[in-house]
Amino acid sequence: MDALDLLLDPLRSGIDRRALAEVALLGVICGGLSFWVVGYRLAYPAESLAHGLLPGLVLASLAGAPLVLGALGGVAVAAALVALAARDERIDADTATAVVVTGMFGLGALLALAPETPARLGELLFGDPLGVTDADLAAAGALVVVGGLALAALHRPLAATAFDPVGARSLGIAPARVELALLLLLSVALAVAVTGLGSLLVLAVLVAPAVAVRRHTSSPFAAMTAGAGLAVAAGAIGIYASHHLGTAAGASVALALVLAAAVGALGTFRPAAAARRSRAGGSAIPPRRPPSPGL
Amino acid sequence: MTAAPVVLASGAALGYGGAPVLQDLDFAVPAGTSVGVLGPNGGGKTTLFAGLVGALAPEAGELEVQGRPAYVAQTDRTRLDFPVSALDVALMGSLARGRWWLPASRADRRAASLSLERVGLGAESGTRFGELSGGQRQRVLIARALVQDARVLLLDEPLAGVDPASAEGIEGLFSALRDEGRTLLVSTHDVQSARAFDLVLCLNRRQVAFGTPAEALGRDVLEATYGSEIVVLDDGDGPVRAVTVQHHDH
Repeated sequence: MDALDLLLDPLRSGIDRRALAEVALLGVICGGLSFWVVGYRLAYPAESLAHGLLPGLVLASLAGAPLVLGALGGVAVAAALVALAARDERIDADTATAVVVTGMFGLGALLALAPETPARLGELLFGDPLGVTDADLAAAGALVVVGGLALAALHRPLAATAFDPVGARSLGIAPARVELALLLLLSVALAVAVTGLGSLLVLAVLVAPAVAVRRHTSSPFAAMTAGAGLAVAAGAIGIYASHHLGTAAGASVALALVLAAAVGALGTFRPAAAARRSRAGGSAIPPRRPPSPGL
Repeated sequence: MTAAPVVLASGAALGYGGAPVLQDLDFAVPAGTSVGVLGPNGGGKTTLFAGLVGALAPEAGELEVQGRPAYVAQTDRTRLDFPVSALDVALMGSLARGRWWLPASRADRRAASLSLERVGLGAESGTRFGELSGGQRQRVLIARALVQDARVLLLDEPLAGVDPASAEGIEGLFSALRDEGRTLLVSTHDVQSARAFDLVLCLNRRQVAFGTPAEALGRDVLEATYGSEIVVLDDGDGPVRAVTVQHHDH
């Protein structure tokens, strides 16, 4: 098999073509969105929602309803329960999130492993890009359009708030609303992407692209574009690897993304202590003078 | 100073849900005035600014600002690792005109470039914010306030960690802004430099004093403001000379 065959072979199969289209669409939008997910430190909430929506996915699968609807319902319920549990002042928000999400995940597994349930738990957990339906592709396409428009419209408030929340407020931006809008967008993106990449692996496409490119780009727009391009490339590499090596498609895509993140982060790796030291001043900034008594 | 006040506090108290952390605020700042806001760490300077920006609603009394004030943060409270250039930061000021969903217009870009030139950073407009010196970053944030065209500027410790030459440049900028009729509230630790302001507001969890430096900065007020953080050097015939000694917990 020559190099051209290596490239063209998967394209001859309808299944692989659809898988490539799915990972490309998800890569474009989630790769761009990942810059803000990482910038607003939402990786843990994103992971929690991705796991917490499992019962919704399972119920949709049981009912034969579109998975994306189940995922949306699952995200909404998980988010509401996390918000409710976090109101209990006796426990901190992270603990509340962990308890709720583990409970939801357990409930999802319980439902999926019941005797009358179709045996699709593996697909729901690890994704099955090779099994995407026309409806999945349409949902991913709609996400690219709607999510892209939302990201374009929110670009300046997102940047101003991430850079300096109090300053943003003095510019007439409501930081809480900006963060809520980002969370909503993230929830919808999760619900769509989870049908292709699964509850456990979807986080890769929402976090890894930003980790790979963030230290190598000079503006939010450049980081989003580079993240989107990298996510599409890693997605395609994953599908090709799956085709030629016979590996699981969803896991191959996730591993390609994480590998890209590792390579991207490696070039600029700094031990945490060094990062903490320079956080107040930045690496290229002269050290701050010690505070002197005012005379 | 008979002009109508642009910043007005009457019996205001601010807090974060529990007991007020700053109370008894009663002052009126006329337009075109510079006000030094003095106080120890935890004395309420940042809380006052949060109230003036609208991030905190008064728990009692009233706190009013004419128009929307610009907030100039301590630059190490901004995200220094965020990938934005000096020009990008100045351009954020145009968000104050609304239409946040649209890209910045050509006029906005021109205003941002002019503001950077005004603060002496025309040549640095493409430099990443986090790579600028402390004084340069401070000036970029002032340029953002100029693009915003705010009549009231709140500056949080703008001279902290800034080298003396840059500090002089920034203080010159303050005078120019005040001469344009803008009102500046500048929080500072430095008792001596506070004498250069038209008015001073002394805070220590409550308003200790408000007035001209000559009226307000007496020994009693300084001791009530700073407690153990102040060492009074002399209080002979001239103005009181004093230094603040900052206690750091880390």
